Amino acid sequence: MNRYPLWKNLSIAAVIVAGFVLALPNLFGDDPALHITREDGSPMTEIAVSEIRLALEDGEIEFIAAELDEAATLVRFPDVANQLRASESLGEILPNHIVALTLAPRTPPLLRAVGLQPMSLGLDLRGGVHFLYQVDLDTAIQQLLESHLNTLRTDLREAGIRNRISLAGDIIDIPVLDADRLDDVNQIIRRLDPLLTITSGSLSGEPGYRVELSPIQITERQNFAIQQNTITLRNRVNELGVAEPIVQRQGLDRILVQLPGVQDPAQAERILGATATVEFRLVTDQSVAAYEAQESGRPPLNSILREQRNGSPVLMARDIIVTGDQLTDATFVYSQGVPAVNVRLNSQGAARMLETTQANLNRPMGILFIEDTPTIEVRNGEEIITSVREETVISVATIRGVFSSSFEITGLTPFEGQDLALLLRAGALATPIIKVEERTIGPSLGQDNIEKGRAAVIFGFVLVVIFMALYYRVFGLVADLALFANLVLIIALLSMLQASLTLPGIAGIVLTVGMAVDANVLIFERIREELRNGNSPQASIRAGYEKAFSTIADANVTTLIAAIVLFSFGTGPIKGFAITLALGIMTSMFTSILGTRAVINLIYGYRQTPRLAIGGRVQHGTA
Amino acid sequence: MALLSKTPEIDFMAGRKIAVSVSAVILVVALASILIRGMNFGIDFTGGLLLEVGYDGPANLTEIRESLAAEGFGTPLVQNFGTTSDVLVRLPPQEEQDAGVIRDSLLDVLAARDSSVELRRIEFVGQQVGEDLTEQGGLAMLIALILIFIYVMLRFRWKFAAGTISALVHDVIVVVGFFSIFGFGFDLTVLAAVLATIGYSLNDTIVVFDRIRENFRLMRRDSAESIINASINQMLGRTMITSMTTLLVLTSLYFLGGEAVSNFALALIVGVIVGTYSSIYIASASALALDVSPVDLIPQKREEIDDLP
Repeated sequence: MNRYPLWKNLSIAAVIVAGFVLALPNLFGDDPALHITREDGSPMTEIAVSEIRLALEDGEIEFIAAELDEAATLVRFPDVANQLRASESLGEILPNHIVALTLAPRTPPLLRAVGLQPMSLGLDLRGGVHFLYQVDLDTAIQQLLESHLNTLRTDLREAGIRNRISLAGDIIDIPVLDADRLDDVNQIIRRLDPLLTITSGSLSGEPGYRVELSPIQITERQNFAIQQNTITLRNRVNELGVAEPIVQRQGLDRILVQLPGVQDPAQAERILGATATVEFRLVTDQSVAAYEAQESGRPPLNSILREQRNGSPVLMARDIIVTGDQLTDATFVYSQGVPAVNVRLNSQGAARMLETTQANLNRPMGILFIEDTPTIEVRNGEEIITSVREETVISVATIRGVFSSSFEITGLTPFEGQDLALLLRAGALATPIIKVEERTIGPSLGQDNIEKGRAAVIFGFVLVVIFMALYYRVFGLVADLALFANLVLIIALLSMLQASLTLPGIAGIVLTVGMAVDANVLIFERIREELRNGNSPQASIRAGYEKAFSTIADANVTTLIAAIVLFSFGTGPIKGFAITLALGIMTSMFTSILGTRAVINLIYGYRQTPRLAIGGRVQHGTA
Repeated sequence: MALLSKTPEIDFMAGRKIAVSVSAVILVVALASILIRGMNFGIDFTGGLLLEVGYDGPANLTEIRESLAAEGFGTPLVQNFGTTSDVLVRLPPQEEQDAGVIRDSLLDVLAARDSSVELRRIEFVGQQVGEDLTEQGGLAMLIALILIFIYVMLRFRWKFAAGTISALVHDVIVVVGFFSIFGFGFDLTVLAAVLATIGYSLNDTIVVFDRIRENFRLMRRDSAESIINASINQMLGRTMITSMTTLLVLTSLYFLGGEAVSNFALALIVGVIVGTYSSIYIASASALALDVSPVDLIPQKREEIDDLP
């Protein structure tokens, strides 16, 4: 007798049912859709949605639905052609909006409500742009060294110490001419940054110090450069209004940007390549005179009129105190329990700041954020690239003391503080980034890839199913059931993990379908062998499963090793292949061993001497 | 229905000398081609710019080539991709110019010729990224082989591990050599296929070795050669059926999966065929050449992994 205890049958059934439920959202497919947001990030209204509906109807563009989706509007279309036409015409009608192509899953609200999602599709299946940027870390280090050089030079001059400081490669040499003041020099260097590596000795005939960055400082500076660029890129990507963008660090010095649904890489690149800077200026007025200037549009002499993000006007002095390239760092800190932004300036900036704060104690100072975004305008049928400059006052604070190279901006909420530090860093001298990889997949190619991948999976699956049923009869049909369950479980796991499915990922599924039956082939061949050796059907089933197990485990572990190596080495698409292959191996162990055994037990386990329909003209022994 | 109604009795090991010589010749040809002809590396590895566009009707490749040359693009590779209305343009990595600028002007040239042009795909890979990938790819292959060697050592001891690795190295060289000889594009997905081939071929080898180990215990009086022969024969049905189902799905992928995965499928098809052959001849023959005995099979510490399913 071959029977599984009830709990075992029930647990197997439970896993399979859970798999079916999790995989369910994938049955409904996707609609080509447009994701529309306002440029300034404010939420869209029902009125705007009905305007969009009217515009689409006027343009005789077929659409399924247009509805609010959080702050954005989502418009679904029956096909890509209508989606593209709508994208063009809505782009013209809605000037201050961002219209992005996307795929909207048709998951019924009930499933969505309980958090079930379909698999997320990779760029090669949904279309979009992929950029890989490399951060120029050498320049980042050089920038820091130059900033140190300038600070040291100023500090030494202020202390009245004669020297011949110079920067060569990664080393700052400070030959000191006043030999009796070597200790003071040491102190000045320590004060700049106690972590610097200092060696004393004779430099070109003079006693002095050799200053280098310590390994920790180099790593810190590199991480800072990458974080800074990641944050800047993320901000710009948000401006693109793309649904589900990805901006993440990859490896030591690269940043990956993925923009699903974006069609025009040139435009995306222009926005990502926007340059930002900040300016510190004295604020001359932000009440009556400022509002008057806003009304008339004419600021008083020697002033400029700018607005805060909430629209309130600020009059600022025409003279700039400090610009972004003099800013070396801005971090959000808690200073004596109060949220603050700690700003550091280089020596030039420090000198200017010292002068200004001495003369303007208790007057307000403002920070202006300036962003240049190149855009394309079509004039007389010709594309002209113009740069759009946006200037916003991001902070106004009162000067409470005299300061120079390092100061704090307080009077902010923690949220505002973090935001300000981020914007300041974005506007500081950024480390250059270079595009080292770009992949753009047009929407029609993505759709093609989905259809081809689906066809390959279905056709391959059907071929294997037919083959197994013909070759192993009832046992083959049971293996087919397991294969189907396996496919469902892979899809369920992919939906649960939300790992993106790519075309190589689909190839991995196809391969798994072919290889997953291997476990069953091993078991069934073993059962046939046992039957041929004259064993009883029940004993043969038991022996077949038991003896084949260690072989199956060995064989699968080795394939798993290959999959894991692939995963750890691979970039995007290869990772997708490795994931589906590894998942497929694990689920196939479950379905083809436990799953088929449960069904075989149900069919044959309750009979004394069943005739096993396993093909292969085997002689049936008797028990 | 059965391919093999009873266990066949083919003397595989008797033919091993012929098989090994045939393999040796294939290996030499493959290696020679890899070294002399080299690989038709995709831009994943070489770096460069690749652009796929679709036209409404069949595209005139000669005219496209001429207009690209006239615009100072030199002589880029221009070919059909999948259908006659799809065109693939590939440029080698450019030293000076910004990739964005090149891409835009390239698109302009293509659009100027025929406004029905639709952008299907752009791939730009910097030279550095390509070099990194080549290095990482080779490293991945090496790491996979070492890990597998360790695993097989733990499970079967070193003579079988050596047999396994020689089979895997054989498979990798033959598949890569196949791509070199016929000049098929070798990109990142093909590399993945080669690694998957390693996994698959290994699978086959392990299954045969498992049976050899079992038979060493059961058939104590027989010679190593006849035990290996018997084991291969007993597993032949399984080996062929699994290869068959895998080839079925791969053929489906090759014909239906589209141009983007066809080379991937092709590499695996070659890999599965070669892997099946090598697990019979190369792996077993090299184990035999190393003079295996029952001692070499039973792992030092026998783990109780034979859990009841």
